Amino acid sequence: MNQPTLVPADTAWMLASTALVLLMTPALAFFYGGLVRSKNALNTMMMSVAALGFVGVAWAVLGYSLAFADGSAFVGGLQRAFLSGVGLQPQGTIPQLLFMAYQGTFAIITAALVSGAIVERMRFGPYLAFITLWSLVVYAPVAHWVWGGGFLARMGALDFAGGTVVHVNAATAALVAALVIGQRKDYARQAILPHNVPFTLLGAGLLWFGWFGFNAGSALAANGLAALAFANTMLAPAGTLVVWTLLDLLRNGKATAVGAATAIVVGLVAITPAAGFVGPRAALVLGMLAAFPSYYALVYRARTRLDDSLDVVAAHGLGGTVGALLTGVFAAKWWNGVADGLLHGNPAQLAVQAAGVVATIAYSGVASYALLKLIDLVTPLKVDRREEGLGLDVSQHGEEAYADDEGAILILQRTEAEAPAAVPAIAAAAAEGGRS
Amino acid sequence: MKLVVAIVRPEKANEVLEALFRADVQGLTISRVQGHGGETEEVETYRGTTVKMELQEKVRFDIGVSDHFVETTVKAVLGAARTGDVGDGKIFVLPVEKIYRIRTGEEDRAAVTPVQVVAAGRA
Repeated sequence: MNQPTLVPADTAWMLASTALVLLMTPALAFFYGGLVRSKNALNTMMMSVAALGFVGVAWAVLGYSLAFADGSAFVGGLQRAFLSGVGLQPQGTIPQLLFMAYQGTFAIITAALVSGAIVERMRFGPYLAFITLWSLVVYAPVAHWVWGGGFLARMGALDFAGGTVVHVNAATAALVAALVIGQRKDYARQAILPHNVPFTLLGAGLLWFGWFGFNAGSALAANGLAALAFANTMLAPAGTLVVWTLLDLLRNGKATAVGAATAIVVGLVAITPAAGFVGPRAALVLGMLAAFPSYYALVYRARTRLDDSLDVVAAHGLGGTVGALLTGVFAAKWWNGVADGLLHGNPAQLAVQAAGVVATIAYSGVASYALLKLIDLVTPLKVDRREEGLGLDVSQHGEEAYADDEGAILILQRTEAEAPAAVPAIAAAAAEGGRS
Repeated sequence: MKLVVAIVRPEKANEVLEALFRADVQGLTISRVQGHGGETEEVETYRGTTVKMELQEKVRFDIGVSDHFVETTVKAVLGAARTGDVGDGKIFVLPVEKIYRIRTGEEDRAAVTPVQVVAAGRA
């Protein structure tokens, strides 16, 4: 290999990509936030927003090292803990510090994705503990397997931007969390409707925008490969959206907005592992095919007892699996210079892809279960029925998404020296008028 | 004729509605209201501002019924709206002087008796 040197164009593109991927987490907050009831809107959005802080810090402290430092086939070493030695020296053609930041945005969104399965019922403290530990114990090793020189990388598994590392991984944890924590009390007893579908569409749009950084940025350079991944990230979700809309029309005679938002995400998930490995026509076909399993899984799931509230398994689990497997079908050396898939005479690639998915599901399932049970030993994971009825915004955060100041009585916290003269009179009047 | 006014928790509104339909109470009006019923106030904080929410969101049912239906209606609401905590709400039964059905001009008891055709259509 040549002596690595920094390339300004690559650095510029990766700076932009990192910012794009970071935006996906607040975008997810809107996507998820719109799908829940108004009394849980803030809690749901906070589950994504909090990941920006908690997982971000965990990544700098330990996660980056466990994922990307030299280590075993299973996990990275500790030599990069607390970012030690992570400086401006080239990692590929960009500064290692930038590489660390870019990969950190992946850890953040992956942990936030899990929240979709447990919204409207999980206590916030245990949630924070779970995603923080999960990013270290589950995400970092799995990222190491594929991108940090671990065993899946050595087997030749293709995962361009994280179909298995991010999406199958998060969806497995989501499934386990939904099962361990249990249903919402109203699930399958009452209609639970999205409170703000425009939020969900806004979130889907911003996710798509950010996903250009996620996929095209995974080329780690401003080159032809990035352009391929970029175009594929535009084409595949378009294909999914068309097929999804037609399926909606066939089933109900109406094309739904929530369906469109979901289709965009499913298409993005499916193209993620394939983005830099398949040609644009294959991407379009892949996006179209990916609509079917997720669409029917969503319809079926709603009739089961599994309260995967925002369908993380159907959208990310199935979308990611389909994408990972189809990468093994459509991969073309002519485009990627790395490996061919089944269609180009290399059926073995499909088996390697399947092995990657199975390994991720197995590890993420067991480790996520253990983490949740561990936290459950210390403190309950679920809110009580009263708090669930009241809504988690008030019970967990002491705020409302759509607050009304009628009936809100100011609690005065006066500094000793200066208490404004007029205000106590108002407080006294309020106290009189309030309860007697 | 009586007007049954029930103030219930918003999260119980759907259950109350179901219970009423099951009890064959088919005409009603609901509105979102705010009220205070002695429950502990939730404290909320927005940056430096801490407030006590003295008014809670409630849902108000207005149900006009003929006299022999009052008990059924009240029982349905009592059964469905109760959680056992302070703040479950109230039911008021008020006398009604006159009722008109706008579509037909029917009065009083006839005006609050469901039309059979509509009932059949529902089932």
